[in-house]
Amino acid sequence: MNTPSIGQPLDRIDGWLKVTGGARYSAEIPVSGVVHGVLIRSTIANGRVAAMDIAAAEKLPGVLAVLTPFNAPRLPDKPGGVNDPRGGRRISVLQNDRVFYYNQPIGVALAETFERAVHAAELVNVRYDEQPPLVDLLSNESRAYAPRPPISRDRPVDQSRGDAASALADAAARVETTYFEPVENHNPMEPHATTAVWETPERLTVYDATQGIHNTRHRLANIFGLPPDHVRVICYFLGGGFGSKGPVWEHTALAALCAQKLGRPVKIALSRQGMFNNTGFRPELYQRIAFGADADGRLVAQRHECLQHNSMIDEFVESASVVTRMLYQCPHNYSSHRLVRLNIGTPSYMRAPGEASGTFALEGGMDELAYELKIDPVEFRLRNHADTDPSENDKPWSSKHLKECYQLGAEKFGWAKHNPHPRSMRTADGRWLVGYGMATASYPTRRSPSSAVARLLADGTALVQAGTQDLGTGTYTIMTQIAADALGLPVWKIRFELGDTLFPETPGSGGSQTAASTGSAVFNACTALKQRLVELAVNDLRSPLHGKSPGDVNVVNGRIQLVDFSVNGGSEPRQDNWIGETFADVVQRTGQPFVEVKADFKPANGEKFSMHSFGAQFCEVHVDSDLGRIRVARWTGVFAPGKILNAKTARSQLIGGIIYGIGMALLEETVYDKRDGRIVNPNLAEYHVPVNADVPQMEIAFVEEEDPHINPIGVKGIGEIGITGVCAALANAVFHATGKRVRELPITLDKLLG
Amino acid sequence: MNPFTYSRATDGNAALSELAAANGQAKLLGGGTNLIDLMKMGVEQPKKLIDINRLAPLAKIEELPGGGLRLGALSRNSDVAEHPLVRERYPVLSQALLAGASPQLRNMATTGGNLLQRTRCYYFYDPAFPACNKRQPGSGCGALEGFNRIHAILGQSDQCIATHPSDMCVALAALEAVVRVQGPKGEREIPFGEFHTLPGEHLENDTVLGKDELITAVDLPAAPWVKHSHYLKVRDRASYTFALVSVAAVLEIDGGTIKQARIALGGVAHKPWRAKEAEQKLAGSRADEAAFRAAADAALAGAKGYKYNSFKIELARRAIVRALGTLAGTPRSA
Repeated sequence: MNTPSIGQPLDRIDGWLKVTGGARYSAEIPVSGVVHGVLIRSTIANGRVAAMDIAAAEKLPGVLAVLTPFNAPRLPDKPGGVNDPRGGRRISVLQNDRVFYYNQPIGVALAETFERAVHAAELVNVRYDEQPPLVDLLSNESRAYAPRPPISRDRPVDQSRGDAASALADAAARVETTYFEPVENHNPMEPHATTAVWETPERLTVYDATQGIHNTRHRLANIFGLPPDHVRVICYFLGGGFGSKGPVWEHTALAALCAQKLGRPVKIALSRQGMFNNTGFRPELYQRIAFGADADGRLVAQRHECLQHNSMIDEFVESASVVTRMLYQCPHNYSSHRLVRLNIGTPSYMRAPGEASGTFALEGGMDELAYELKIDPVEFRLRNHADTDPSENDKPWSSKHLKECYQLGAEKFGWAKHNPHPRSMRTADGRWLVGYGMATASYPTRRSPSSAVARLLADGTALVQAGTQDLGTGTYTIMTQIAADALGLPVWKIRFELGDTLFPETPGSGGSQTAASTGSAVFNACTALKQRLVELAVNDLRSPLHGKSPGDVNVVNGRIQLVDFSVNGGSEPRQDNWIGETFADVVQRTGQPFVEVKADFKPANGEKFSMHSFGAQFCEVHVDSDLGRIRVARWTGVFAPGKILNAKTARSQLIGGIIYGIGMALLEETVYDKRDGRIVNPNLAEYHVPVNADVPQMEIAFVEEEDPHINPIGVKGIGEIGITGVCAALANAVFHATGKRVRELPITLDKLLG
Repeated sequence: MNPFTYSRATDGNAALSELAAANGQAKLLGGGTNLIDLMKMGVEQPKKLIDINRLAPLAKIEELPGGGLRLGALSRNSDVAEHPLVRERYPVLSQALLAGASPQLRNMATTGGNLLQRTRCYYFYDPAFPACNKRQPGSGCGALEGFNRIHAILGQSDQCIATHPSDMCVALAALEAVVRVQGPKGEREIPFGEFHTLPGEHLENDTVLGKDELITAVDLPAAPWVKHSHYLKVRDRASYTFALVSVAAVLEIDGGTIKQARIALGGVAHKPWRAKEAEQKLAGSRADEAAFRAAADAALAGAKGYKYNSFKIELARRAIVRALGTLAGTPRSA
């Protein structure tokens, strides 16, 4: 047997390219004759563009055109097109003069150099018919409406089981409160960028920073009225996305529109400021919860109502209460989502949409109730463990090891050592209050149909391709490992390619589903390819394996072999009784350059099982008792997310998720000026993401989990579970340290000064 | 970004005459860590950039007779912070520098440029906001009724509630540094406390530096007692962000009694804020928490908060008490 590659902490296959600058991100791919496009963005949040004076800009040397709502080519108005809400995110691509939010693209300056384009964009004088914008969520709550179903893929907007209101009234212990979070922006390191090239008037190629090359292809095909196979989308490397590069946004369609108009390739790369309001964000959200328990600490009722804002033109639901429906055994449960349309950009998926925010309220509320009942928070969760999924009529879990996560996490963290009384612990110098906090982590296992192709080449190496993306998380590496083990080859004999719509179609890299879906397709393709090669061998008269049963052979290091006990007598495998041949021998004999198998993965068992990952987050915070400063001192996260493909990239993913959560909990807030809807802090100086000094020592552990139901490789996906529970664990730790419940993110020092 | 011309000055006089010739339309380019950013944002729109980075004499850090230190205007923040004499004689300055920005920025940023940093007020920094008296005199103050969490609580006016963002300058204020300036009429010295202005008639100017003048150096006076100094920066994240409140504190203590004190505050005013009332309270007091609290109360006596920044008043009080306590080595009271 080969030593299995799956699970090993293999270094990133693309690491060398990245640290040497050899990895080309979408905006860096050279395209000759490219024209630079710079977006002109609205400086009002509601109204119409009355006029745009582009004369001065157009006169600048090197400026080729300035596109505005008044002169831009009109796109075909057809089903799935730019005006069809079913087609994807509603985007503003200069088809009319309406302004719905601040920073909305209202023009593009196109020039031979980037600098000229920037200057031209600034010279455009815009006159608006301005209307007072709606910016504030709470004061507009009377306009709230129920979104169209379903939410979070296939869930109802509201769900009710039992009678939560009566059960709450009768509960022995009760917590009723509101949790709030502001708008947060993804801020991936790599800004969004698109270069569009019309190869012919009917064929478009785009180099796009996207989490879904096939999604971009279909969207652009619809917008421009092209058959999908006339659009090719390429994205070899991504510098993060966190959901913001899932949908197709304005700049991508505008790059193609401008390129079509000019008859030359056009590149539009967003500035950091340009990524605020135009590329999605987590919406402002109020979560009103009421939880009740009986005297034994068993949940009797949970109510979880969500109020968020939404844009004027589209709809996105942060499905925060969905997790409350399923995480604990609770007979009476009511949850809902309501939206208010404001003059703010369209919110969108941001790392664990729904779960990251929902677990803040749910796990904060659970902590509050545990304190109310004077029960240890871990014990309280164990008492309310859901053995089946209460949100799906008690469907069994495909696998669940949450209890083990609590136990191992508590043990590693030293949970039992702490004095649960708030304000009871301090650092040795007495200046910092010490707090312990914990929360449950949970994320659904999402899977989508996916395909891959595997080829065995005449030199004995394999080329495996799938039209997926690597967000920087290690897709290149884990796919290589899956392929290596499935084929029986060492990893260095595998070449895995992604990021091109010429390769088989896969889902977007979102919802933590790439490893689970495309990993399974790669596994299926490689397994089928190995079978094909074995069959070619045993069916070929020229093969030493001719006539053998495929079930008797095994493949080691690209060699198909078996022990033939008829050789030289004996009954033990010996050097002289192994017979076989290599993959390369088989391929060469076909006379073809390669043997190829394409395979699909189709999700199954969804109706039989509820599929989720679970985990437990434990943290220690220190709070400056005078100044309110919060330092995260250490973190222990234990997860049961199915099979771990690569111990190193998995650890990085989970650490990354937790750090993203630390930012959400303690630092991040996109501030809108409530008077006019402008964004106050659209830059990395004033929008605070965690820096190294904010990140503590981290311990990540896994509970081994075999799940035969989810997919052939037993993988659940780990892109998002890391952030879930983080805000609550921190808020709970801050409470334990200070005695103060801060239910309003971010937990900044001013909220602890009182 | 507006088009501009660029030239590289070969000596100080050439830089000065180019500056004068440009009639207020030129800017000197040092580290560029703030100016270039502001030009990209369209806030600064110089017609000409005069690069003075080749003026080697301005990069020196030299000892002055009598024990003072001269920091050339082009000395880099990282070099000043790590300079053995700065660390030994003026620890508050070293600490303040290291509390600011990031290593990459400190490697570029200069002493002179740090003095000329512009405010981080959101309404100043982004021309999409129509109202900013500092950017567009007479247009109003966007922050007054807007999001003013990072804004001033001392010395402000209704015309402008911006704060000065520098850490280094807070230490220099406490050290009573002297700014050396060269202009067409020769050299002059400006006491640090007079270099930056409070919001007045000419909000577009943050300092008294003339448009035709060049900062050549900052002198740190000899004062052995300032060795006993400390910089405390309170901010929203652990590193790489501007102060909500900062304190530069210098104490001379003899037998448990404070002989003299200097306190300057950052993040609270349009300029590095020297808290002289607090210093007077401390002089002659016992070095204990009661005295520190009295000093803090005196420092904030005239403070005024706005919708989002009122917390800074109490935060500044506590930060002063903490900084003085740290410096005096007094144990924390329960």
